[in-house]
Amino acid sequence: MEFKFNLEENKEKIQEFRDFIKENRDKQGVLMPVLQEAQVKFGYLPNEILEIVSKDLNIPLSEIYGVATFYSQFTFIPKGENNISVCLGTACYVKGAEKVLAEIENVLGIKCGGTTPDLKFSITPTRCIGACGLAPVININDDTHGKLKPEDIKAIIEKYR
Amino acid sequence: MMTLEKLQELKEKSRLVLEERLKEEDNTEVKDGNFILKGDYYRKQTRIALRNCEIIRPESIDEYIALDGYTSLGRILTEMKPEDVINTMVESNLRGRGGAGFPAGRKWAEAFKYDSDKKYVICNADEGDPGAFMDRSILEGDPHSVLEGMAIAGYAIGADQGFIYVRAEYPLAVKRLKQAIEQAKEYGLLGNNILGTGFNFDIELRLGAGAFVCGEGTALMESIEGKRGMPRTKIYRTAQKGLWQKPTVINNVETLANVPVIFQRGTEWFRGIGTEKSPGTKVFALVGKVKNAGLVEVPMGMPLREIVFDIGGGVADDKAIKAVQTGGPSGGCIPADLLDTPVDFESLAKIGSIMGSGGMVVMDETDCMVDIARFFLDFTVEESCGKCVPCREGTKRMLELLEKITSGEGTEEDIARMESLADTISSASLCGLGQTAANPVTSTLHYFREEYEAHVNEKKCPAGACQALLEFYITDKCIGCTKCARNCPTSCIDGKLKERHVIDTDRCIKCGNCASVCPVGAVIKR
Amino acid sequence: MKNVTLTIDGKQITVPEDYSIIQAAKELGIEIPALCYDPNLEVVSACRLCVVEIEGSKKLETSCSVKVREGMVVNSETEKVIKARQDILQLLLDSHPNDCLTCQKAGECLLQKYSYKYGVKFRKHDGAMRPELMDTSSPYILKDNSKCILCGKCVRTCSQIKGEREVLAFAERGYDTKIVLDSDKTFAASKCVSCNRCVTVCPVGALVDKRLIGKTRAWEADIKTINCKVCDYGCEFEVLSKDNEKVAVRAKAPSNGRPLCLKGRLTTELLNVDNPDTPYRKIGGKFNETTWTKALGLSNVIDKIEKLEKKDEE
Repeated sequence: MEFKFNLEENKEKIQEFRDFIKENRDKQGVLMPVLQEAQVKFGYLPNEILEIVSKDLNIPLSEIYGVATFYSQFTFIPKGENNISVCLGTACYVKGAEKVLAEIENVLGIKCGGTTPDLKFSITPTRCIGACGLAPVININDDTHGKLKPEDIKAIIEKYR
Repeated sequence: MMTLEKLQELKEKSRLVLEERLKEEDNTEVKDGNFILKGDYYRKQTRIALRNCEIIRPESIDEYIALDGYTSLGRILTEMKPEDVINTMVESNLRGRGGAGFPAGRKWAEAFKYDSDKKYVICNADEGDPGAFMDRSILEGDPHSVLEGMAIAGYAIGADQGFIYVRAEYPLAVKRLKQAIEQAKEYGLLGNNILGTGFNFDIELRLGAGAFVCGEGTALMESIEGKRGMPRTKIYRTAQKGLWQKPTVINNVETLANVPVIFQRGTEWFRGIGTEKSPGTKVFALVGKVKNAGLVEVPMGMPLREIVFDIGGGVADDKAIKAVQTGGPSGGCIPADLLDTPVDFESLAKIGSIMGSGGMVVMDETDCMVDIARFFLDFTVEESCGKCVPCREGTKRMLELLEKITSGEGTEEDIARMESLADTISSASLCGLGQTAANPVTSTLHYFREEYEAHVNEKKCPAGACQALLEFYITDKCIGCTKCARNCPTSCIDGKLKERHVIDTDRCIKCGNCASVCPVGAVIKR
Repeated sequence: MKNVTLTIDGKQITVPEDYSIIQAAKELGIEIPALCYDPNLEVVSACRLCVVEIEGSKKLETSCSVKVREGMVVNSETEKVIKARQDILQLLLDSHPNDCLTCQKAGECLLQKYSYKYGVKFRKHDGAMRPELMDTSSPYILKDNSKCILCGKCVRTCSQIKGEREVLAFAERGYDTKIVLDSDKTFAASKCVSCNRCVTVCPVGALVDKRLIGKTRAWEADIKTINCKVCDYGCEFEVLSKDNEKVAVRAKAPSNGRPLCLKGRLTTELLNVDNPDTPYRKIGGKFNETTWTKALGLSNVIDKIEKLEKKDEE
């Protein structure tokens, strides 16, 4: 699925983003913080934004692309309004996280890592989020849902629709 | 301006306020002049790194100061030379709590040796082992202890800049750290001319972005520099050429949290805890099939059994314990008959596991060791940076072999090939992640070889965990309610009302729906 | 610089103290196999093929990164070393297409050479292979990711020319790691200037000179090294002949101070190849056929010469 980045609609955000770069460009090793800011601001890293970063920081586009694709937190498709992160750490795994994930995929009709076409939901796999006492755990936005069973999923997702 | 005297005054004042609050809340008690949390779970522990967690309010620098916070830094800056600080650290023999157990004092001494216009102290807070959350708890519960430890390290080696590299997955830790750094700067305990001594030390936060390999020191530095987090080939030591090629010390969160206490209470006290070669305590994240999951901090050398049973309360649902996995994806599975092994760096290494950062996952009879090895390899493959051939290609092949075995298609040769691969991955990989990547396989093969063989020869999973090797079966308990047949997605269950039903195993996709809807528990896996 | 004396495979040698083991071995005529090492590039120790045993150290060490020390005793072909090399080569072959029959690189491929030396063969398996991502957009370079062993030499050589090149980079991670241009663009769409530096260092058939394909391979060609005449620096090129016909030119090495360039390559080709192929120019993210005059930027020069010569004739 292609999600097109609209430069015109994002004009203001882009200006704010470029101001952020300007303020921080003299910091050593600033590329990661800049990409993190972009990820938060735009929800993903469109190619157009990578080109702006390359120009404003004077770092080759290839290097930026290489860094952005290395870290799993950076994404190249937009995140949904509600992001469901499914913990796949050891404790959750032992307690059935895979079945919970399968049910979420089933309910939303997308695969892990994807975003629903209406941009309402996305599913992100995460490493242990350190809530092992509540395993298996998912985070929807900032809410933690723990001790889950596959049959709980439908009702939980319904609350965010 | 804050001075040592003013700090003392503030401490006395804050202590009274804190005591008042703790008395009111009544969840602590006093032991040897220190506050500890009430309850058996805590009484059996020795909390050094976690000393303040859940006792002080992490948002309050005053409460940290009330319990001797920043006193060590103050005394060091006014009374000790950097050499003396390093000597104390060496004497304490505090070993790195992040995994490898390298003595922190020796790192500091090495970095001190090199002349440079700039040096750095890095706090490694990229805790990434699945099932581990020790560092998170310290950062969230007692952020100032880490800042103080870093400032002491900075003074000792001659650095004026520190970085904390923290996982972005820990937003609360990030928030607390930001707040703590601001407070400390406001109080003149970080920044320029700390306590009027002329010593400058600043700390900046850098966030990870989801790459486990950045827990490796050189990859972490690459990441701070804004590059792909690929480990460097070690031509020079980090203490000589680290961050931006300058002398650098990297210590992990728990290690740094120990530092201020060592200066408060002395090396003799510290060495009196734990074992001779591994003094002090270690925090473990006790998780998995254990009754009381949570963080435990105990003296090094405590037998595994004591941790799991006396503190953790034993296995949940009273199943039999099968193994304890320590050290995360770099560690190994320790079988139940070795539970009396003392937990310290050397003893764990001897039995094919590692201390690692302190993950401790309890496994019971329903956990399949081959599947656990597969789980960790899956993690490593996902997190391998891809730089060196043995790790990038070797772990991938190893995972494929494990998948083959757990799905019932493995052969004896596959086991032999895994052993050979494990050998090469361990001996030829570039960094610690690669060199230890095969440990979950090697240790389970060593202690649970018969389980591998059962998968390969009899096509059975003794623990009943590997779906592909299982068969769902309806016993004569069946009351013929038809619920299973109605819920079967492939309609492979036949049977008349009030008669025993039968599963057509050829069409069964082993989803387990039937077993979970059966009202009488007649559907079993076998 | 101090000198140190060490022993490699029973032979003693004295070399400057900043030498790595692999350099010292070379002085002794001992070739330690390596895929990612190049004396002109930063040492990364990624392929791990150059591992050796050093007496007193239990671990295998990479000879490209470990510096020589006084009294050091190195063994470069022990049983343990050979086993590791065989396993590493097997791992690389397991992800590599069995295409030596038609691969342009055959005869010069280092993977082929070392597999031959250590007796490692292609084998059938059901596991993953590197996906076939072929970039055919350029008339000068063919990039075949399925053959890439990710040694990163191309990335390192490209990034040596700051600003104007730095086109190649590693992207993704783990088994999915691949070499990309800009943000995963093709040669045509990227800012690549077709200098072929990357092609000169690629040890396998992942980056090849496209204008050579089908004409000749190394062993049947007569190869002569010449210097480029476009500027005074004179980067090195090779003229390949087959049956006494000069069939192709390819870049060999940049000269000190110059980075290799397309203009030099085309000029050398025009002057040395008997029947040179049509030249191409990149315009607006596409390679278009062009004339030699335009390709070499000689339109103005030739116009002026023609004008002047016409005047002379008058």
